[in-house]
Amino acid sequence: MNSEELYKQNIIDHYKNPRNKREIKDNAFHGSGINASCGDKIDFYVKIAKDAVQDASFTGEGCAISQAAASMLTEKAIGKSLAELRSLSPGDIYTMLGVKISPGRANCALLAYQALSKALAAIK
Amino acid sequence: MFDSANIKKDFPIFENYKRENGASLSYLDSAASSQTPKQVVEAMDDYYFKYRSNIHRSLYKIGEKATGKYEEARDAVARVINALPEEIVFTGGATASSNMLVYALEKELDLKEGDEIVTTVAEHHSNLVPLQELARRAKLSLKHIGMDKNSRLDVDSLPKIITPKTKIVSVTLASNVTGEIIDARRVADLAHKAGALVILDATKAVGHTTVDAKALDCDFLFFSGHKMLGPTGIGVLYGKRELLEKMEPSFFGGGMIESADLKEARFLPLPSRFEPGTPNIAGAIGLAEAARYIEKIGLSEIKKHSEKLVSYAIEKLSVIPGIRILCEREPARNIGIVSFVINGVHPHDAAEILSREHVAIRGGHHCAMPFMKELGVTSVNRASFYIYNDEGDIDALAEGIKKAKLVFSS
Repeated sequence: MNSEELYKQNIIDHYKNPRNKREIKDNAFHGSGINASCGDKIDFYVKIAKDAVQDASFTGEGCAISQAAASMLTEKAIGKSLAELRSLSPGDIYTMLGVKISPGRANCALLAYQALSKALAAIK
Repeated sequence: MFDSANIKKDFPIFENYKRENGASLSYLDSAASSQTPKQVVEAMDDYYFKYRSNIHRSLYKIGEKATGKYEEARDAVARVINALPEEIVFTGGATASSNMLVYALEKELDLKEGDEIVTTVAEHHSNLVPLQELARRAKLSLKHIGMDKNSRLDVDSLPKIITPKTKIVSVTLASNVTGEIIDARRVADLAHKAGALVILDATKAVGHTTVDAKALDCDFLFFSGHKMLGPTGIGVLYGKRELLEKMEPSFFGGGMIESADLKEARFLPLPSRFEPGTPNIAGAIGLAEAARYIEKIGLSEIKKHSEKLVSYAIEKLSVIPGIRILCEREPARNIGIVSFVINGVHPHDAAEILSREHVAIRGGHHCAMPFMKELGVTSVNRASFYIYNDEGDIDALAEGIKKAKLVFSS
């Protein structure tokens, strides 16, 4: 696989123009994930109303893969029911990214997902 | 005459990589782990295929041979750092050495609440975290030598940091991030004047430049085998004989016991008292062969070669727009490391794109998270050099960086 295949246009686009990259200050559930191999940290926020995701966002710096995954995940999360959000699996994240992720980059791809999982754990 | 092309022939990984990938490997990650020459693997094969057995107390031929080779290995490794054989304790690596030493010192020193340990902001986690844990257990204060305005460790500030309460001064001999070689002798003199013990983390330095434990006057020093052409899973803890002799071991088991009854045991003299259990015999034999290989080339030749590559890399990378170089710029004071960040390209992405170009570098925090914070970054790219590298590897690195920049410029 060459560089161009991994760094597809939409990955680069989400990296350079991340969607929903902001903090949600009011009544949001929050979780953070740290990539142990590079120290990158992502904070993920979800705001729930009537058992559905009203808003989702993230903050933090990182590589193209982790930033794009976080950005895409916010878009994917908004509008989902809480049950749908809870049923997301790592496989869904890989499908969402749409590129082959090598084992060395799994932590990058799943950083936002880890942060989201922690946020969800706080929701009763 | 130093010839990296000739040296490269001793490292089968390069031919094998070429056969499998159809391209040459530019391996620029020796600061994480070096490659292994066939002489080292052959020496270990010899042990496994010709005289494999446990050491000490084996009364048969191959057992005696294994014991002899293991002790010869100690002699060869002692020579590399100008130590006595009995001052060399074989361990599982620098991390094992560091932890074992800290536990032994905790028992040996009469540490009181408020006593101090001095280290630096640039330490690898393997030196820093055992000290942090000791400080937490014994309620000590952990102090740090910071950076000066030239991004070097500010050894000049040490007299102001050390106090009569300082019991241990533990510093890296060469940074695994900036490559800076510190004036360790000066650290030792200042520490000793205050009555503190001196530990040197020489993991990045041994096998890359002359490390003379006697001339440095450190009390303890540790390193790993795998960054100096040896196998993984073997390392060394050096200690001055008079200190090791009075210290109690921190690990216990067979192989170190002079006599034991149901209630207590008495321990063998140095160095066996610090080597409980069956050691990594093949690893020690391999490390010794690596030491002999290095001895044959000569450490001053090795250092000269890496200085040439450091200069060349700084020159090549400096002209690429958007690159910030974070390493020690004076080649004589650099162990063979050029770290950098690329504007707009995260080190993970850079390392991945470079990997496609058959250039192996490391992107990350290099197990020095606090140091990253000092440098004002989360992670950096690191290219590190050794005897099998040449200018071509650096050209490949520079080309790869340009490609990485292109991917992200769209």
